[in-house]
Amino acid sequence: MTVTTADIDLGCPSGLAPASEDRAGALEAFVKRQEGRSTLLLLVRGTKCGGCLSKIEKAAQALPGVESARLNLSTGKMRIDWSGPLSADDIGATISGLGYGVSAFSEDASATYEHKRERDLLISMGVAGFGMANIMLLSVSVWGGHGEMGDATRQVLHGISGLIALPVVAWSGRHFFGSAWSVLRHGRANMDVPISLALILAFSVSVWETVHHGPHAYFDACVMLLFFLLIGRFLDARLQRQAHAAAHELAALQSASVNTIDTTGAVRAVPAVEVAQGDLVLLSPGERAVVDLRILSGTSEVDESLVNGESLPRRTGPGDTLFAGTVNLGQPLQGNALGAADTSLLSEIGRMLEAGEQRRSAYRRIADRAVGLYVPFVHSAAALAALSWWLLGAGPAQAVMIAVTTLIITCPCALALAAPVAQVVAAGRLFKRGVYLRSGDALERLAEVDHVVFDKTGTLSIGAPQLDTLLSLNGDLIATGFDSVSTGFDNRFALLYQAAKLARASRHPLSRAIVAAAGPGPFVEGISETPGCGLEAEIDGDKCRLGSAEWVGVEHSQTILGPQLWFVCGDSEPVCFRFVDRVQDDAFAAIERLKMRGLSVEILSGDQAGAVSDMATRLGIARWQAGATPQDKVVRLELLRDEGRKVLMVGDGLNDAGALAMAHAALAPGGAMDVSQSASDAVYGGGLKSIEFVIDISQSARRVMRQNFGLAALYNVFAVPIAVAGLVTPLIAAIAMSASSLVVTLNALRIRGKG
Amino acid sequence: MEMIAYLIPVALFLGIAGLIGFLWSVRSGQYEDLDGAAWRILDDEDDKPRPD
Repeated sequence: MTVTTADIDLGCPSGLAPASEDRAGALEAFVKRQEGRSTLLLLVRGTKCGGCLSKIEKAAQALPGVESARLNLSTGKMRIDWSGPLSADDIGATISGLGYGVSAFSEDASATYEHKRERDLLISMGVAGFGMANIMLLSVSVWGGHGEMGDATRQVLHGISGLIALPVVAWSGRHFFGSAWSVLRHGRANMDVPISLALILAFSVSVWETVHHGPHAYFDACVMLLFFLLIGRFLDARLQRQAHAAAHELAALQSASVNTIDTTGAVRAVPAVEVAQGDLVLLSPGERAVVDLRILSGTSEVDESLVNGESLPRRTGPGDTLFAGTVNLGQPLQGNALGAADTSLLSEIGRMLEAGEQRRSAYRRIADRAVGLYVPFVHSAAALAALSWWLLGAGPAQAVMIAVTTLIITCPCALALAAPVAQVVAAGRLFKRGVYLRSGDALERLAEVDHVVFDKTGTLSIGAPQLDTLLSLNGDLIATGFDSVSTGFDNRFALLYQAAKLARASRHPLSRAIVAAAGPGPFVEGISETPGCGLEAEIDGDKCRLGSAEWVGVEHSQTILGPQLWFVCGDSEPVCFRFVDRVQDDAFAAIERLKMRGLSVEILSGDQAGAVSDMATRLGIARWQAGATPQDKVVRLELLRDEGRKVLMVGDGLNDAGALAMAHAALAPGGAMDVSQSASDAVYGGGLKSIEFVIDISQSARRVMRQNFGLAALYNVFAVPIAVAGLVTPLIAAIAMSASSLVVTLNALRIRGKG
Repeated sequence: MEMIAYLIPVALFLGIAGLIGFLWSVRSGQYEDLDGAAWRILDDEDDKPRPD
């Protein structure tokens, strides 16, 4: 291999996400062509800021023939239109060359449906808002002119209100009517049944009043109710759609093509779904395996960090098994597919994610419980009121009117806003501290946790090897304390600078650690890299080597353990660079604080026992498990669930994704795999201390939600007697409804002030 | 009082104009990428109209 330059400019310019080292797979199969114009939809991973946006769009627009390239920063979707002979693979290579992960994106039916639903709700909300404002304009004059306004004028104003309300209720209310009708047909009931009933009755009674020159029309209350309910619905749908991105992003990882070798020896790219067990597959350098493989020929180093959390590359050769998600770092490998893409580890994890999501959707939220109490109470109150008035001698019209006003004034709008508003305010508060909440009801689950399970690599530790010490051949310390190196030249570190000249040409994680310690600098010409061994080049006429112990001619030493690189220059004695995966700076303090809150803590890692027990002792964590496969992690979480624990899982790798999805609540650090981020309830930045903050905010959000439901109940304690006594006018209904919604919203805003 | 015969239609017209503006902004995808839009406005070189 020849030279690559030191790549400081890769990835997000704000440093919010690490640069991706994946290379784009073959994308040609996913291009849509029409009349000479080609269109490609991509999912770009690792875009976090405006810098990423302009960098990627400009690079794509600079390609020949590209007419438009537009990246959606919120979703990472990118659409590129071009004409001419430009190859889709070149586009992919351009973007992945900037340090971002790229995969083909195909619109999936359920995501499109959810997106359409959210947009429908937003439009309906806008229509209801328009109706509410205009009807209120007329209603205020009716109320203000009470006693002075002529009967005919009032009837005209009511009539105009009714004309506005009719299309608004029919159009914006269809979300509730449709859902209520479909459950009623199956003999069940949900929240939409009383809502639809209240809307239809309020509207019909108002029409009847208008026709009969009555003083009270409830068009304003009816549309206002609709508007408040739609706000709650929209906020809910929005938070939910973000949560559902999980399985989708995993599918994008899999929508790659695989190079298969047929019986004649020709290499052919086929979509991953078409690969069958036993097919001969070629895994090129830089390519990510999409199916599980058994290697037949070739030796190389592979990066399995996605699969088992191991941060160092592993050497593989014939007979070894590679799991889907592994990246080939060195030489081409050939192997047999051990199964089709849908039986690979990746799809196994996909199924775990789905199972976890199903379980979470079965979670009974505070709002669900409140609704369960509300519906029978209000309906029996309304029915009893109508019955007693009728028995006491009122006319049937008046009795029905009493029942309807009861239903309107006890409207569930405060109930519908109680949870979503608190969730949105809490999500905003978390966002300011660098925590991105993925679903609204996650707050309730996060507030309940009593046990925290940590993954090690990338979560408790930094996740990449850091240069620790420089040792001589027989294990004596030459230099340490490399943190300060890059601030100025220091003679003690001369060897480090020499080694860095070689290391800058390599993508190997240990080489990168050396470059990180040495800082920016030159690299020498004519470097050659031998996979699994190391680098070689001439520095000032001396032949220098950087790599494994064997590579520099040293017997593998027993005295120096752990990840290491050896360096020799000319005839001098070889030296050894030793690396450690360091603990996050705030890990100890953060875990102490969690323990002080009464939470128990454990480590569940795929790494070797030595590394895990070492870390557990240092952080004072008594319970740990090492060498856990993704399935082991899920099994452990199931066990904890059966014990009745509410587990918070914190992890970053693809190997944690299943466990994250199955946990009661889950958090992923900002540097985590996209799939793990999607499987989590929230993604945190700012170190491990954020975990306590998340728990804090979710507990105060839960408290506020409970208070809100309490307030809604209290409101009904006053509202129901007034309605049953027949004292409600449209003015009172409007004031009571907006006041209760306002109180609930203001109470939720208190979350913002705390901490 | 005859004034309201003009004023109510005028008020409704203004309301409908606002509503149409809102519907147009939703339909044309202006709420699709709120994060990106916040950055795009700061990007000086992004002065070409969106080809569509």
